[in-house]
Amino acid sequence: MVERIWWGTRAYCLIVGMWVRATLTYRTSFLMMAVGNLVTTLLDFAAIAIMFMHVDELGGFSLAEVAFLYGTSCTAFGLADLLLGSLSSIGSRVRDGTVDTLLVRPVPVLVQAAADRFALRRIGRMLQGLLLLGWALSGLDIDWTPVNVLLVPVMLLSGAAIFAAVYVLGGAFQFWAQDAAEVQSAFTYGGTTLLQYPPTIFAEDLLRGVTFVVPLAFVNWLPALRVLGRDDPLGLPGWVDFASPAVAVACCAVAGLAWRAGLRGYQSTGS
Amino acid sequence: MDGMDGVDGVGRMAKRERSGDCIEVEGLEKVFRVRRRTGPLRRERREVRAVDGISFTVPRGQIAGFIGPNGAGKSTTIKMLTGILTPSGGRLRVAGIEPSRDRTKLARRIGVVFGQRTTLWWDLPLRDSYALVRRIYRIPEARYRANLERCVELLDLGALLEVPVRQLSLGQRMRGDIAAALLHDPEVLYLDEPTIGLDVISKAQVREFLRVLNEERSTTVVLTTHDLTDIEQLCERVVVIDHGRLMYDGSLAGLHEVGESERTLVVDLERELPPIEGVPGARTVRTEGPRQWLAFAASASAAPIVSRIAADYPLVDLSLREPDIEAVIARMYAGR
Repeated sequence: MVERIWWGTRAYCLIVGMWVRATLTYRTSFLMMAVGNLVTTLLDFAAIAIMFMHVDELGGFSLAEVAFLYGTSCTAFGLADLLLGSLSSIGSRVRDGTVDTLLVRPVPVLVQAAADRFALRRIGRMLQGLLLLGWALSGLDIDWTPVNVLLVPVMLLSGAAIFAAVYVLGGAFQFWAQDAAEVQSAFTYGGTTLLQYPPTIFAEDLLRGVTFVVPLAFVNWLPALRVLGRDDPLGLPGWVDFASPAVAVACCAVAGLAWRAGLRGYQSTGS
Repeated sequence: MDGMDGVDGVGRMAKRERSGDCIEVEGLEKVFRVRRRTGPLRRERREVRAVDGISFTVPRGQIAGFIGPNGAGKSTTIKMLTGILTPSGGRLRVAGIEPSRDRTKLARRIGVVFGQRTTLWWDLPLRDSYALVRRIYRIPEARYRANLERCVELLDLGALLEVPVRQLSLGQRMRGDIAAALLHDPEVLYLDEPTIGLDVISKAQVREFLRVLNEERSTTVVLTTHDLTDIEQLCERVVVIDHGRLMYDGSLAGLHEVGESERTLVVDLERELPPIEGVPGARTVRTEGPRQWLAFAASASAAPIVSRIAADYPLVDLSLREPDIEAVIARMYAGR
């Protein structure tokens, strides 16, 4: 198992390296895409900042606190998107039958599909998230107990793992429905946008949905509220704030099983 | 693992034992469930038996050609042999491995070339694709270098190694793809329509390479094709599949017998005469001036027919045409 993960990671890095080099053969195109990506994501936050020029707080949260939520959500999602974002286009490979070529190599298909068409420009989202997170942390007055210090990196990694599970689950689903990429986007891009705002501005039913059904609340809301010293609007017991890693592991396990089932159901194409 | 059997001599590839069965297939079945939209909301579920109980074995070191019309089930069969598809029923062993269960393990021991889709890196030099293959298959350095050298020599790739794949012609790319599938010393090489779309010279080059490979390394080769010249020049064994069933399995010569194929004797007489008659076992199928065409069973000897004509008619010249395999197979499909 450990060896399998080690070789899988190694193969992933090898394939990613090939894509990066292939991308860099079109240098200008790469630079324009990278800049374009950065600008669009920055505009997202600009919209929130402009809003704060007219109001002092949003759902009881200050600009720095919203920036903290934005930064954590954006970083976690950015990391998952960078590493596994290619899974959302596995549907087109299923449709034209090119999954065949992945199946005859001695590398797990999940690894190959995740590394396929690796786009270095996606690193922009994660960098921007980290930048905003740094800015938020410098402006916030947080009680830096050891627990809080630990909670921030754990939150980012668990969050990335939860989003990664969503990507794998969405990819698995595309073996049956090749056009499911849009549904998946609702949970990935839609999810990260949702998490950039304070939970207090949303209806309770929605909060329950993202806590118990699609556990996106564990990406940043629940642990972030603990770091910021706030109560969660659903009034859940305190230990829930630390449950993110466990939730992430559970999500990944479910996604892994779904992926295997999807792969088994692959029917290829004629000829 | 296979990379262990050492390099015997410079640029030579390791030779394998030429005995036993490499591929064993028994009662193989594949049923596809197809959903079809029959109305705005209604959907019809249908079962399609693409492969319907096929059994055969391929001994180590044989070149076997699979032919059959489009949609006959030959690609589906190959896909089950490579582990791409899981069989719905039957027993299947390739190099002692059950493909769908140990797919990654099998992947190390087989090479696959898809005629219509390349596995090379489009924007990078050909050499880079090979370097990735070496690391992904964990091929020992010495073995990799020896294999690459031999492939480059036989497939004439020397000038192409530093060229980005997108700049290669179809024939060059196919040769590049075949080399990529062989660097890890596979025991079995699958080729799905390897000569499709290639010009005559490229086709000849690919065939020659496969022949040498099979001779030097005893690699078992399984290929599907629509080009019957591939079969005539390469395959000692022909498997005809149609409607998911095995129609014929045996030598090329045997295929002619089963297909009741005929040879043609073309005779030039001194002058224009009525159609030749009275030659047992032969009938005149066409006349054109002093030239006449006579058909007779492919299994029969031409000698008595020739001597009979020479005795009865003013014979100037003659030639013998071998049966057209294309016609044989067409007849086979028609008579199903």
